[in-house]
Amino acid sequence: MKGARKAHATRATAVVGHPVRRKDGLDKVTGAARYIDDLVLPGLLYGTTIRSTISRGEIASVHLDFDTTGFTIVSARDIPGKNVVSLIEADQPSLADGRVEHVGEAILLLAHADKERLLDVRVSIDYRPAAPVVEPELSPTTFKEITIAKGDLGRGFAEADLVVEGEYRTGHQEHLYIETNGVLAVPGDGGITVHGSLQCPYYVHRALCELLSLPERKVRVIQTETGGGFGGKEDYPSVLAGHAALLALKSGRPVKMVYDRAEDMLATTKRHPAIVRHRTGVTRDGHLTAIDIEVLLDGGAYVTLSPVVLSRGLLHATGPYRCDHVRVHGRVVKTNTPPNGAFRGFGAPQTQFAAEVHMDRIGEQLGLDPIQVRERNALRPGDTMATGQRIEANGGALRVLREAARRTRFRQRRRALRGTDRGLGVALFFHGAGFTGSGEVKLRSKATLELTRRGVRVGVTATEIGQGARTVLAQIVATALGIPYEHVEMPPADTSLAPDSGPTVASRTTMIVGRLLELAARDLKRRLRGRTPAESWRAHGPISVTKEYTPPPGLTWDEEQYVGDAYGTWAWACDVAEVELDRDTGIVRPLRITSVADIGRVIHPVMARGQMEGGTAQAVGYALTEEVVMRDGRMANAQLTNYLIPTTADTPEIDVVFVERPYRNGAFGAKGVGELPMDGGAPAIVNALRSLGADVRAVPATPERVLDALSKG
Amino acid sequence: MRFTLNGRTVDVRAHPMKRLLDVLREDCHLTGTKEGCGEGECGACTVLVDGEAVNACLVPFAQVRGARVTTIEGLRGRRRLQEAFVEHGGAQCGICTPGMIVAAAALGRRPNLDDIKTGLAGNLCRCTGYSGIYRAIEAAAVPLRPARRRGARGKRR
Repeated sequence: MKGARKAHATRATAVVGHPVRRKDGLDKVTGAARYIDDLVLPGLLYGTTIRSTISRGEIASVHLDFDTTGFTIVSARDIPGKNVVSLIEADQPSLADGRVEHVGEAILLLAHADKERLLDVRVSIDYRPAAPVVEPELSPTTFKEITIAKGDLGRGFAEADLVVEGEYRTGHQEHLYIETNGVLAVPGDGGITVHGSLQCPYYVHRALCELLSLPERKVRVIQTETGGGFGGKEDYPSVLAGHAALLALKSGRPVKMVYDRAEDMLATTKRHPAIVRHRTGVTRDGHLTAIDIEVLLDGGAYVTLSPVVLSRGLLHATGPYRCDHVRVHGRVVKTNTPPNGAFRGFGAPQTQFAAEVHMDRIGEQLGLDPIQVRERNALRPGDTMATGQRIEANGGALRVLREAARRTRFRQRRRALRGTDRGLGVALFFHGAGFTGSGEVKLRSKATLELTRRGVRVGVTATEIGQGARTVLAQIVATALGIPYEHVEMPPADTSLAPDSGPTVASRTTMIVGRLLELAARDLKRRLRGRTPAESWRAHGPISVTKEYTPPPGLTWDEEQYVGDAYGTWAWACDVAEVELDRDTGIVRPLRITSVADIGRVIHPVMARGQMEGGTAQAVGYALTEEVVMRDGRMANAQLTNYLIPTTADTPEIDVVFVERPYRNGAFGAKGVGELPMDGGAPAIVNALRSLGADVRAVPATPERVLDALSKG
Repeated sequence: MRFTLNGRTVDVRAHPMKRLLDVLREDCHLTGTKEGCGEGECGACTVLVDGEAVNACLVPFAQVRGARVTTIEGLRGRRRLQEAFVEHGGAQCGICTPGMIVAAAALGRRPNLDDIKTGLAGNLCRCTGYSGIYRAIEAAAVPLRPARRRGARGKRR
């Protein structure tokens, strides 16, 4: 790595680590960037969806009570292929066929050239309702069950001086990307092209092939500029793209479907609510001897990505702590609400909220302060996690913990705040980067570089969703190839032009796709034999290099036993939150969050910081205000007026500090960053409330919950 | 109906109750103004009407008769503000950015942090946590000193 950096130390090209100008910057600040709703085509139809108004039952009859002239109408009967949204299980229909499992489930699709006419649509549906399951604890249907076990729990508890138990709960969370879900489907040449706001072009591609019974080459998916994702455009676009494609194929015309805010909030996925129970054995001096954790996730009506969310949730459930005797068991179950899906953090924010609040409670019972109890148990190099994964020589949680305590003068500050309405809380956390277990091996991601007349064109389907993928990947290529950053072209993700470089999820783009591009660039550089791209082009014409993922040597994973290296590497972080509590109203004002993070090598300091700041703000919303009110399986507050994400007035000052410990198998030493900040904000804030005497065990910590906790305290 | 759009007098035929947002996007083909919620909560559709920041999703077209309407496309003389959004991480996914910049432009040339926070409280951003936006606006408010560019290079050493 060092040698490589030396070799490309010219000023114009060695841009890794420097805040180069983001590729999409100018278009975004001038309004020139084109998002899905900005696209119009001749002959365009606008599509709309008729949805279930009940949470469970059979559809008895459907009546169209309006003038249907000029409308294209699609029901389950019009589906040419399989009526499924293809993902992990084939359980979710694209359109309900005879029965519905949740409010908002799509039943009928309509399209018309005149948007206004869609407002006249009146469809009445008669149902034979059935009793819905809304409480996950009462669900008879388990989608997935996983156990992680290490050591001997009985022995661990026998060694304990004290057993601490607790139950912690987290609610739904809505992604609230500011651009709602939207696609544009264009039929032609016996196939379909779908443009859309999405994270994973090849997920949509596969789903369309199956739904429409089309060969791969007849389906093309192109990402448009995407106004935020956060996981909310990981699985859902496959549903919406299917709907628009069905209408487009039936009408023979392009069809655009863009949800309004209420529809997006009502019908699309949310973060899985969780109930987490901890039972922990601990010695008097604060060492963990046994950890027993039970996790229940609410999956909603269909499987979507729930098994993998559960898996990641459980793998993070102990928090970044050492313990010889561990059992983590979890289930994700069916309820009759819209399916829950991917959301930044993917199960880990839920389980680490529990772990970190529980850790404070352990400290309280032993008379140890929050830093002490964490210091005793934080994972160190050479330690093993619950799956047996060994911590790398430059890994572990101790360094970020100590740095956060030092920078915030945690103990002094806490003493100074005693007796005031301000509290200080800490959370220590980690996040596995890349797909879980053997996921990356199964994905077999590919990335291509093609020589152009003056530089190189990048062929990946990693998507720019605001995080800066376009810029960061170009930095990696420019640096590895030794050409100016400006000469690296980053075309939009398009399945007809670029290979499948895997979904843009799991904090994997910089680390995994970036690494593939780094290797491809080094390969290409060798083939240039000292020529510039322009010289080589003139002499030999185009060259292209494709790299496919191979696992780093030594990584092992046993899917059956849940033993081995759950992730290629882990990012580590520690948050310290200071809050102010109004004891009369229960309103909590977060004042400052310091976040110390080890994300490996920082490729672009401004964007890496932006990921930490934005993720922390999202965690503040999760901690305090973002409450999805579900009534009989229906989101009762599906609007921005009463689903409250942080505004400028609610967002604390966020101080981000990077501790750069490079990961040898990531691009230029990078690990993942995207999801990490989502894990720590909520427990840090709730622990700050604990220091003020509010024993809060659930988020969001709404004023009602806080007042309730204070009255019991 | 006549009004001034980005400095030019225009005559646009549209229903008087049509949302200004839709008139701008559909009739004037200025798609830089975005719809985020349609209920006046998110500010993605912020435009200036006679110099004041308003949510274009809440304004019926009839209300801008004779008024000066400025959208992101017509924000003249604020290039430094826009550049600062690029440089300091004020824009990530970009969907709130046009509204955010228009709202920031309405704060005057030298807002302090409190002014910024208050002035942008009606503009939601889900990506940045607002910090990058504050840095961008503050940077644009400070006169550019020639030493700043050297500073960036000096760091490399």
